[in-house]
Amino acid sequence: MDDIRLHLTPSPHLKSPVSTPRIMWNVTGSLVPVVGVAIYYFGPSALLLLTAATLGAVLTERAFSPEKSLGDGSAVITGVLLGLILPPGLPLWMAFVGGAFAIGFGKLIFGGLGQNIFNPALLGRAFLQAAFPAALTTWPGAPGSWWELRGGNLALPFMSPPETDALTSPTPLGLMKFESTPTESWDLMIGNTGGSLGETAGLVILFCGGYLAVKNYLNWRIPVSILGTVVIFSGLLFLLDATRYPSPLFALFSGGMMLGAMYMATDPVTSPVTNAGAWIFGFGIGFLVVAIRSWGGLPEGVMYAILLMNALVPFINRATQPSPFGERIVEGAEA
Amino acid sequence: MRFAAGFRHGVHPPERKELTSAVPVRRMPFPEEIVLPLRQHAGKPAIPIVRPGDRVERGDTVAEADGWMSVPIHASSAGTVESIDWWPHPDGSVAEAVVLSVDRYSPQVPRPRIVPRWQGLSPQGVVEAVRKAGVVGLGGAAFPTHVKLLPPEGIEVSTLIVNAAECEPYLTTDHRIMVEYAERVQFGIRVMMHALGVERTVIGVENNKPDAIEALEATLPDDLDVKVRSVRVKYPQGYEKMLIKTLLDRSVPAGKLPMHVGVVVQNVGSIAAIAEVFETGLPLIERVVTVTGPGVARPSNLIVPVGTKLRDALEFCGGLVGDVTEIVFGGPMMGASQPDLDAPILKGTTGVVILTREESRPRQRYPCIQCGTCLDSCPMFLNPSLLGQLAQVGRYEAMGEAHLADCVLCGCCSYVCPSNIPLSQMFALSKAALRKLETQAA
Repeated sequence: MDDIRLHLTPSPHLKSPVSTPRIMWNVTGSLVPVVGVAIYYFGPSALLLLTAATLGAVLTERAFSPEKSLGDGSAVITGVLLGLILPPGLPLWMAFVGGAFAIGFGKLIFGGLGQNIFNPALLGRAFLQAAFPAALTTWPGAPGSWWELRGGNLALPFMSPPETDALTSPTPLGLMKFESTPTESWDLMIGNTGGSLGETAGLVILFCGGYLAVKNYLNWRIPVSILGTVVIFSGLLFLLDATRYPSPLFALFSGGMMLGAMYMATDPVTSPVTNAGAWIFGFGIGFLVVAIRSWGGLPEGVMYAILLMNALVPFINRATQPSPFGERIVEGAEA
Repeated sequence: MRFAAGFRHGVHPPERKELTSAVPVRRMPFPEEIVLPLRQHAGKPAIPIVRPGDRVERGDTVAEADGWMSVPIHASSAGTVESIDWWPHPDGSVAEAVVLSVDRYSPQVPRPRIVPRWQGLSPQGVVEAVRKAGVVGLGGAAFPTHVKLLPPEGIEVSTLIVNAAECEPYLTTDHRIMVEYAERVQFGIRVMMHALGVERTVIGVENNKPDAIEALEATLPDDLDVKVRSVRVKYPQGYEKMLIKTLLDRSVPAGKLPMHVGVVVQNVGSIAAIAEVFETGLPLIERVVTVTGPGVARPSNLIVPVGTKLRDALEFCGGLVGDVTEIVFGGPMMGASQPDLDAPILKGTTGVVILTREESRPRQRYPCIQCGTCLDSCPMFLNPSLLGQLAQVGRYEAMGEAHLADCVLCGCCSYVCPSNIPLSQMFALSKAALRKLETQAA
């Protein structure tokens, strides 16, 4: 018994099995069905774009992160999420640059995991949209076969993408914005529409996000308050003028709404740390999405709504600090 | 019996009580040597009144209380004082201790009563007897019991709460006391109610101890208002402010004591100890302790003389098995790891938990991802995430403003943190640093 070497560690001596990598890899794993749907609808283009964006993210993390931080899984999530919000015809090199920007300027420059202000994947998308506005708003039409690449995936860096034969198909949001034409609800829910790779199948995303919420890997208050706000706010507008404004169901299942609410806004790093803050944060996003879509110049507003609310998170946190147990009680009031 | 929902937040670690919850309490034989640190209680250390070479009998005072916030220490065995010297203290420091060489041939019979009979004693008389008997809270904090029994002027205490939650995983000390010594617990409650002059008592037991609840209900006195209430299994249910919230729905104001909401909380083990003191006439010289965990051959509930060394208790339980890496005094959530096997079991040692590599393997630390899980776990409604970030950069004053003083170091935040940040350890160190800053400023 005397040859034993005892460890001295601080209490508590028990530890819950949930760890940061476990959360990250669960989130990544939960995206498998979403990726599957993207490949089903957009063929090899989806696979190539997701790979390019993820490679950009992972290689940048590998090259510039001082610690061995690839194992925590956060770079892979950023890459996959970025890939899912790109249009199917985007040149691969742009996806790669977007992934590199998302990690380099979206995360590492702030000090790495836990320090960034903005959602890295959305920041990567915003950067691409600013740098290559034409490529990011080109939605290629349906090709002849599943195996065919969509649009100019293979364009070389800094070359103008080859002229596609103008076979573009508008997204449901574009149709709504510019032609006031709604899309069939069922097509929207199962993703049988134009749009970014992984954003179209709202029902699948809802299911995957629900899994994460049940496992407590995301704060359910954020998607609930975003989607709730969108339903109420767009419902009011729809009641006011059903010809100009889309139905709440359309608002929920179009564009990046589901993916944004379930996977982008719930990024723990860039969302409020308090539960009261989560409700405010979600309300703000929902409000901004409907406002941008209804009165802004762009058909879609999810990305900017989340990025804007990301910027407000420190203030939301400060305004919603918990009140310690027993601090609010007036002395003797309960005695 | 009514079921109480309880306080908000907290955690639910695996209970692991099945190792010893059905194991009857056994008395351990006297070891060869006993170590009695002079500081076994909250407050000032006792002052030794024996010298090396002195002969002591079981129950003799070896150290006197130093003032009101202190208690005397008694010999837990007949024997000879070997030395009074510095000895490693289970809390990680070193403290002066009286070391006794046990007289193996002594019959260990009690001499005339040291503690008087309680019949006919005034409330003050009971308090004085409890103080002389060296009774402290046996639930871990070792707060001198007589101090709790005499609330200061102007404070009215109406309710006695018996803390039988035993929310720490692994420990079954209180559980077995309730099952096997229910009558004694009821007698202790009677004495305490007399001393405090309260009308009503509520016993709070976590609902993972149905046999204890049954035993207590079967022995309830007819002439006193004593109730047993089953409470939810949740850590830290046994922290007194949480138990008061659960049982009476009263919130003790920050920085105040339970008596400020008219309540005195006593651990059920302490109550049984008080009863025993008046029954036997001997001071507090032994206690029930759970020796458990995957690393011990025969997990047991033992009655040990105070001052028994860890080594002797382990030997009595069949020694260590498996890849033992860590031995904790107290529960695994708040207890302290022991550096060696000579650590003495004190009045406040609720259990000895022997962990193997499986439970205590080191975990890689990751940056805080602001997930907020710690906020959802904190029973005091603090922001451990913010406090942790402030601690990391040494901003102790800012931590003070973020209510560091309200932190009770229960360890919930560290337990849930997915990034394995040792939050409660950081807060313990920050509290000390902040105190130092404040004394320097004063």
